Amino acid sequence: MSSTNPLHLIQNVRADELEQEPTRKGFGRGLVAAGRADDSVVAACADLTDSTQMSLFRDEFPERFVEIGVAEQNLVTFGAGMAAMGKIPFVSSYAAFSPGRNWEQIRTTICLNERPVKIIGSHAGLSVGADGATHQMLEDIALMRVLPHMVVIIPCDSLEAERATLAMAKDRKNPGYLRLAREKTPIITTKNTPFEVGKAYVYREGKDITLLATGTMTYHAMVAAEVLAKDGIDAEVIHVPTIKPLDEATILASVKKTGRAITAEEAQIAGGFGGAIAELLSENHPVPLRRIGMQDHFGESGTPADLMEHFGLTATHIAMTAHQMMG
Amino acid sequence: MQQIHSIEALELKANELREDIIKMLLAAGSGHSAGPLGLADIFTALYFNIMKHDPANPDWDERDILILSNGHCVPVRYAAMAETGYFDKKELKTLRQLGSRLQGHPERTRLPGLETTSGPLGSGLSQAAGMAMALQMDKQHHRWVYVVTGDGELDEGNIWEAAMLVGKYKLTNLIAIVDRNNIQIDGPTEQVMPLDDLRAKWEAFGWYVLEIDGNDIEAVIDACSMAKAVVEKPVVIIAHTIPGKGVDFMEYDFHWHGAPPNAEQAKVALKELRTLQGKIKSEADHE
Repeated sequence: MSSTNPLHLIQNVRADELEQEPTRKGFGRGLVAAGRADDSVVAACADLTDSTQMSLFRDEFPERFVEIGVAEQNLVTFGAGMAAMGKIPFVSSYAAFSPGRNWEQIRTTICLNERPVKIIGSHAGLSVGADGATHQMLEDIALMRVLPHMVVIIPCDSLEAERATLAMAKDRKNPGYLRLAREKTPIITTKNTPFEVGKAYVYREGKDITLLATGTMTYHAMVAAEVLAKDGIDAEVIHVPTIKPLDEATILASVKKTGRAITAEEAQIAGGFGGAIAELLSENHPVPLRRIGMQDHFGESGTPADLMEHFGLTATHIAMTAHQMMG
Repeated sequence: MQQIHSIEALELKANELREDIIKMLLAAGSGHSAGPLGLADIFTALYFNIMKHDPANPDWDERDILILSNGHCVPVRYAAMAETGYFDKKELKTLRQLGSRLQGHPERTRLPGLETTSGPLGSGLSQAAGMAMALQMDKQHHRWVYVVTGDGELDEGNIWEAAMLVGKYKLTNLIAIVDRNNIQIDGPTEQVMPLDDLRAKWEAFGWYVLEIDGNDIEAVIDACSMAKAVVEKPVVIIAHTIPGKGVDFMEYDFHWHGAPPNAEQAKVALKELRTLQGKIKSEADHE
């Protein structure tokens, strides 16, 4: 079984009853595990401790948790100070506020200052839903990936979020950004699925087109690949949980094989994941590329499912785009 | 670290820092004059008397921490570091040059002993708070965190976010020193954005306030001792300083906030400093 499924993914992404959980839940569990493994792991939150699931850590390690209040600039700079004294601080809020509001502080006191603060941006992306455009953070990938030293991770499901949190806690050198979602999304990995910072994973092999996806869009790309297979198109799906550093070798090898690519993300394509892939391919192996994501506009209130449909962020949209590219 | 106890000797040392500052700024051709000159007494007191630190071992894990939040005043810190032996004084003249460890605004990773990277204003107090909290978690109650902020910098919201937090958690191992020189780039602070009643603002945030003449070294030393004795609230020392202190034509003039002296001005300034503004006779100008 493991020879045909070396990454230990679930077998059927189109099953009716996939288990679902928000990625932030995985983070909450991962942080507790990291706290148990390492006394220097500490946490701070800006008045969203339950929402970000940092409450699990707070409840187990109250003496290592600091409530910051609604003050995101203070949140990250306080974290920089804790890191200066040898702590591994995880600082959490909604992504719209952190890193949305405090970018300069992150740039100067964490990145330029080389402090290993881990910034947790929860409720990122369109799927925040009813809260509307103010809370739907779509520019964070772009904001974080342009910063030297910053590691940027977007897990595809709650289990990967747990693994990513543990991996970030072990990195005593680099600052990191972990992008999480509010909404429940399908769990497509298992406890044995590998995760390593800086690695992209071929979740489905194919030869006709490369679907590059990050975060919860990886599920949609997997479903799209199944749909495309029925139409005779053999799509390769690569899950890219680490946007920076980007696993250039894995991505280029696939695109050299297929000759065309689609990116999928729940964020602005400009400067985001699609932007990163466009940069990589145009310099190294230019091929036709389409980017699925937010096309330079803001979201609005609605149910997550309605919004994803309205703004074209579904498996159907990925499959339709692939058809267009295959001519 | 060899401490200097005599106030007279400390005052002479502060003047040496001022001479260093003028020479560095002249060599650099850009930078801030007024703030660093005004802070020379505070930095002399901290580096030569108050703080526990080891220039030969900047990362000594028993050291006190000093954060310079208003990074543009870093020439005074570079001067204090050179004078205490962190590096050779000759290096001061590399300020702001390509490849120098002495960046225009301080970068921690380039020069051991800086503690933070700063320049964009308002983020020093919250970093100090994080450090003070971490020291408390680790029960290192014998170490102190000092943070120097400007006064124009208090326009920043980040400062008051941090002030609220330090007040809430009573981080009494942190001592804040506000350089109250009443100037910022666009003019007098009370015209640009009024800060008074500054004492009442800090008190309202849960702090114990000491107000001193920040150009009186003895007062600086006494205030820090007193601050350590206050256990129920964190302490901020509002240190009233004269911007450009020690150089007549720079004193109180906000135009010198962000400007360096030219060669002629530097010559006049150095002569004034060597003669303590005409109070003592000095040898002829020697460069």
